[in-house]
Amino acid sequence: MRSSAAPRIRQNSVWFRVRKEKSAYLFLAPGLIIFSLFTVFALLFAFYLTFHEWSIIEPEKPFVGFDNYARLAGDETFLRSVLNTFYFTGASVPLGMIIGLGLALLLNQAIRARGLFRAIFFLPQVTPFVVVAIIWKWLYNGDFGLINYYLLEAGIIREPLLWLSDQNLAMPAVVLMSVWASVGFSMVIYLAGLQGVPEELHEAAKVDGANAFQRFFNVTIPQLAPTTLFLAVMGVIGSLQVFTQIFIMTRGGPVERTTTMVYYIYQAAFKFFDMGYASTLAFALFAITLVFTIIQLRINRKVTD
Amino acid sequence: MAVTLVEPELKPASAQGRKPSLRRRVAHLPIYVVLIIGGVIFAAPFAWLISASFQTSGDIFSWPPKWIPENPTFDGYISFFTETNAAQWFLNSTFVAGSVTFLQLFFNSLAAFVFAKRKFPGRDIIFILVLATMMVPPQVTMIPNYLILQHFPLFGGNDLLGQGGHGMLDSYWGLILPGAVSAFGIFLLRQFMMGIPDELLDAARIDGASEFKVYLRIMLPLSRPVLAATAIFTFMSAWEDFLWPLIILSDESKFTAPLGLAMFVQKNQTDWGLLLAGSVIATLPMVIIFIIFQRQFIQGIAMSGLKG
Repeated sequence: MRSSAAPRIRQNSVWFRVRKEKSAYLFLAPGLIIFSLFTVFALLFAFYLTFHEWSIIEPEKPFVGFDNYARLAGDETFLRSVLNTFYFTGASVPLGMIIGLGLALLLNQAIRARGLFRAIFFLPQVTPFVVVAIIWKWLYNGDFGLINYYLLEAGIIREPLLWLSDQNLAMPAVVLMSVWASVGFSMVIYLAGLQGVPEELHEAAKVDGANAFQRFFNVTIPQLAPTTLFLAVMGVIGSLQVFTQIFIMTRGGPVERTTTMVYYIYQAAFKFFDMGYASTLAFALFAITLVFTIIQLRINRKVTD
Repeated sequence: MAVTLVEPELKPASAQGRKPSLRRRVAHLPIYVVLIIGGVIFAAPFAWLISASFQTSGDIFSWPPKWIPENPTFDGYISFFTETNAAQWFLNSTFVAGSVTFLQLFFNSLAAFVFAKRKFPGRDIIFILVLATMMVPPQVTMIPNYLILQHFPLFGGNDLLGQGGHGMLDSYWGLILPGAVSAFGIFLLRQFMMGIPDELLDAARIDGASEFKVYLRIMLPLSRPVLAATAIFTFMSAWEDFLWPLIILSDESKFTAPLGLAMFVQKNQTDWGLLLAGSVIATLPMVIIFIIFQRQFIQGIAMSGLKG
C-alpha cells in the first residue's frame, strides 16, 4: 500500500520531471551533441590554445602562460590589422546604411517598376560573394578595368589609377565594392521598416503644418530607430569579420594596407600554423565585437529613453 | 500669399478617373533619374560580366571595352568545364549546401519545438547557453574545429585516439557536420513556434499521437513559412561559404564552386575568359533560386530582421 503523499513528493522531484519529459531531451539530443562539440567544447579549446605555443608541425605544445597575449601588445601587424578593420567598418557600414535608406525612401513612393528596381539593387546580395569580388577585381584593373576607362573618358582622372595596388586607394576600393554589395540588404530591411511607420503619424504632422523635411526628421527617422539599430549591429559585426574580398582582391596588400583582423587570423593559423597565437587574435576580435555591440545597445537605450 | 506647406488633398487616381496628375508625375521625375542612375551602377557590372564571358580573350582586354561581343564564343564556358573540375565543384556545392540545409531544418526544428512548447528541467539554461554563443565570431571556433576534425577518431585513417590520419579534414563530413545545427536558426524557429496555439498540439496528444508525430504532423506543417525562409537562407549561405572550405579542403576534386573559382584566380591570373564564364555559371543557380522564392526570401529577411 502506498501512502497518498508519496506520489506528490515524487512528482515534485527533478528526477521525476526529467523522466516524464524524456522525449524532450531526445528531441534536443542530435542538435545539442553537435553544438556541444563544435561550439561549446571548441570555445573552451580555443581559450586553452591561447595559453600554449601550438604549432601543427611541432610535436611539442608547451604551456606559455600569457605570452601570446603579451605578444599581441607589441605586434605591429596586429595593431595595423585592427586599424584597417576599423577603417573598413567605419566607412562601409554608415555608407551602406545611408544609401540603403535613400533607395528605400525612393522605392517607397508610388512609382512604376518598383519591383524591377528592387530586384536590381538586390542582385549583388544573391550573387556568390566570391563572384562579386572577382567582378570588382576586374573592374579595378589598372590596365583595362572599366572603372579607369570611364573615369578617363569623363576627364575625372588623367592617368589610370592602380586601385588595388596603390597604398592609399586599396582600402577605399575594398570599401566601395563592399558598399555596392551590401546596399541591397539595407534597402530591403529599411523598406520593411518603412511599411511599419503608421500613416496617421504623417497625417498628424501634416495637420500640424510640418513640411516634408520636418516630417522626415521628426516622424520617419525616429520610427525607423529599431531598424537602424538592427542594421548597425549586424553591419558592424559582419564588417569586423571582413575576409573574402580581401583574400581575392588584395591578399592583404599593398604592404599590409588591407590586412584585416580575420585575414591576419587566417595567416597566423593556416600560413604559419601558429594555432595558439591565432586563437589569441581571434579572442581579440571577439572582445572588440562585444565592446562595439554593447556601445551600440547603450546608444540605443539613450536615444529611445 | 506665399506657397502653403499643406498640399491640397489628392484623391486617389482611380477616383479621378484619369491618370495621376501631371504635377505628381513631374514631381516623380527626379526620383526616376536617381533610380535609373543607381540601376545602371548596379546592373552594369553584371551586364559586363555576361557580355565578357562570351568574348574572345583579345576582345575582353580591348580598350575601349566592347559591350557587345563581336565574335561571340563559348570558349570560356567550354574550357571552364574541360580544363577544371567545374562540374564536380558544382555537384559538391549542391550536395554540401543541400545536406547542411536538410540537417539544419531537421535538428533546428526539433530543438526549437522543444524550447517553444515543452517544460523540462534545464530548458532555460540550455536555451540561454545556445543564444549566448551567437555572440561568438565563427573565427574563434574555426581554429579548434580544424584541430577537432583533424583528430576525429576512426575517420580518414585515424585510430581510436584520433592519431595517424587526417580525420575529417578534406572530406564532405568536415564541410557538413559543424554546420548541421545553428543557434540563430533555432532562435528564429522558436520565435515562430511560440505563436502556435497549444490546443492544436494537445488535441493530437489526446488522440494518442506520439510526441514525434505531433512534431511531424502538426508543428512542421504549421511552421512552413518560417521553415521555407530559413531553408533558402541556409542553402544560399552554405553555397557561398568560403573561409571554412578554404581552410579544410586541399583536394581539388572536393572543392566547392566558390573555392574552385577563388583558387583558380590565385593559380593563373591570365585566363579571364574561363574565370568570367565560371562566375556566370556560379551565379546562375543563386539567381534562379532567388527569382523562384523571391517572396519567401524577402519575407525571411524581414522576419529575421524585425521580429528578432
